[in-house]
Amino acid sequence: MTALTGPARPAEHASPRPVPWRRMAWVTWRQHRLALAGAAVLLGGLAIYLWRIGLSVHHAYAAAVGCHPASSAACGILVGNFIGYISPAQYIAGLLQLVPALVGAFVGAPVLAREMETGTFRYAWTLGFGRWRWALAKLVLLAVAVTAAAGAFSLLFAWYCQPFFDQTLSGSGSALIPLSSLVFDLHGVAFAAWTLAAFAIGALAGMLIRRVVPALAATLAVYAGLAFATGAYLRQHYITPLMTKNANLPGTDWIISQRWYKGGQPVNGTALAQALQNGAPQLAGGGKGGIPESPLVNQWLFQHGYVMWTRYQPASRFWPFQWIEGGWLLALSVLLIAATVWLVRRRAA
Amino acid sequence: MNSNVVEASGLSKRYGSTWALRECTLAIPAGHVAALVGPNGAGKTTLLNLTVGLATPSAGAVTVLGGHPAGSQAALDGVAFVAQDAPLYKNLSAADLIHLTRNLSQRFDRQYAETRLGELGIPLRRKAGRLSGGQQAQLALTLALARRPRLLILDEPLANLDPVARHDFMAIALTATVDDGVSVLLSSHVLAELERVADYLIMMSQGRVQVAGEVEALLAGHRMLTGPAAEVDKYAERPVVHARRAEAQAHLLVRAGSGDPVPPGWEAHSVGLEELALAYLRQPGAAALPGPARTPSEVVK
Repeated sequence: MTALTGPARPAEHASPRPVPWRRMAWVTWRQHRLALAGAAVLLGGLAIYLWRIGLSVHHAYAAAVGCHPASSAACGILVGNFIGYISPAQYIAGLLQLVPALVGAFVGAPVLAREMETGTFRYAWTLGFGRWRWALAKLVLLAVAVTAAAGAFSLLFAWYCQPFFDQTLSGSGSALIPLSSLVFDLHGVAFAAWTLAAFAIGALAGMLIRRVVPALAATLAVYAGLAFATGAYLRQHYITPLMTKNANLPGTDWIISQRWYKGGQPVNGTALAQALQNGAPQLAGGGKGGIPESPLVNQWLFQHGYVMWTRYQPASRFWPFQWIEGGWLLALSVLLIAATVWLVRRRAA
Repeated sequence: MNSNVVEASGLSKRYGSTWALRECTLAIPAGHVAALVGPNGAGKTTLLNLTVGLATPSAGAVTVLGGHPAGSQAALDGVAFVAQDAPLYKNLSAADLIHLTRNLSQRFDRQYAETRLGELGIPLRRKAGRLSGGQQAQLALTLALARRPRLLILDEPLANLDPVARHDFMAIALTATVDDGVSVLLSSHVLAELERVADYLIMMSQGRVQVAGEVEALLAGHRMLTGPAAEVDKYAERPVVHARRAEAQAHLLVRAGSGDPVPPGWEAHSVGLEELALAYLRQPGAAALPGPARTPSEVVK
């Protein structure tokens, strides 16, 4: 039935204006400042560490690059000094892979799970702001905050990591490759996108599970699964990999797989080892089921009619790959947040 | 102008395969303190959740404040709700809760809230989680009233309060209705407390509305008859709500006015709200107008 417009309360029967969106800014800040502070301390602490160690890395790099003549023993020491920073960088990169997951679990998951667990949603959802607007405003504000922080952090990481991509200095395959799984999602736009996705996964898990600790655990598990699947299976197919017979690819290209062929037929490791054992036993090295990795072995194989086909992604595809990954993660995050808001809207108490 | 603060028609709610509320039809006029009474599981909380828009009906509809759908913008602005156990953000101080509620509401009377809390001796700086149960309930009520609602809905507000806190709580709620014309709908188990404040009664059992009406009219429409136990079965002129036998005497709560004839050998007394409510609570199948129509088989049960 429709209410008739009565003279007594004209204002309340006029179409009611919703409470302005900006009012959620203080509310979101006040309720989640502890989680945001936690994220800030985590990222800030890591940033200070990266900044300090990064200064040393750049210093060592500049010294090694600027040394003349390059073949002198003194320069060799400087280069060795710089190369010494690569191995810690790999550990740091591994550690930083956890950061988006932690943000998703500790900032994203409690947003709705805590309201459901403590029953406070009954309070928040019956105030004038309206429940779906409340959820949307909160999630968007927090998502923007964590994504911006992660984006800023990844700029610092890119600066820190830059010297390790120089293949001329590091040599012998110890340099980092921008497209490799170890660092790809830590710089460019990917780190911010992964952090956003982790937050969105956490928010939806919180709304579905309605309890903080299980939602937190579920967020970590889902995020880890998604990140692993992307790095191990999905990313290499963003653009069809190139194939080449050229064994001397630039070191910055991302090599996905290499296989030996003879007469157009693939040759497996056992057969190769057998051929090597028969033809050049001094190179075979007694390895079973495969052959030792060495330029001399490759040279011998090339001379005896073997061809190595390499599937790879050229370094020039770094930014297209970044935008593809950032794009689908952004789309996924928008979808997850929309689903969360939809659940808030339709959930029966 | 439609002046019902709550109107439900055929309102039903099912959770899984069980019906929490069945074909509830109600119209609560404005200006009352309406008490919603019934045993556990009768559907009181479900009815209130539907009325504030926290739940959506499986069938039927409920509107508030003269026809606004539950949960609509106008309904959110005009209805204040204090849920069971007064869930507040435990880690926020009273001052923060005032600020939060003010930010999320169309209207908010900050002056009223702060004055009220001052009178109650609730420190603004203290976190809600560190207040006593009674203080938390008072804080929740204060925040609700400061929103200047036209309808205040309270779900079991007295459940965890000691007698003094109960008294204070109801005093504030009552002041609001008298001074500001706020209509109140509250559910409660505490019959004695309701007798003092409620002037409209809704009794529920097994997901259905049993009795709904103004307390005065309900009391005037029921009599307690006392007479010889042997003659109980002869008494069939008026619907008997509840019969209680004590040795040779029988007490029958019947639907009858003061002008109705009393059979010879029987005495008639007027009843109180608590007595009336208890009789209906003991007889879940009984219904009084304007409750929903029932099939004969259900009345027999």
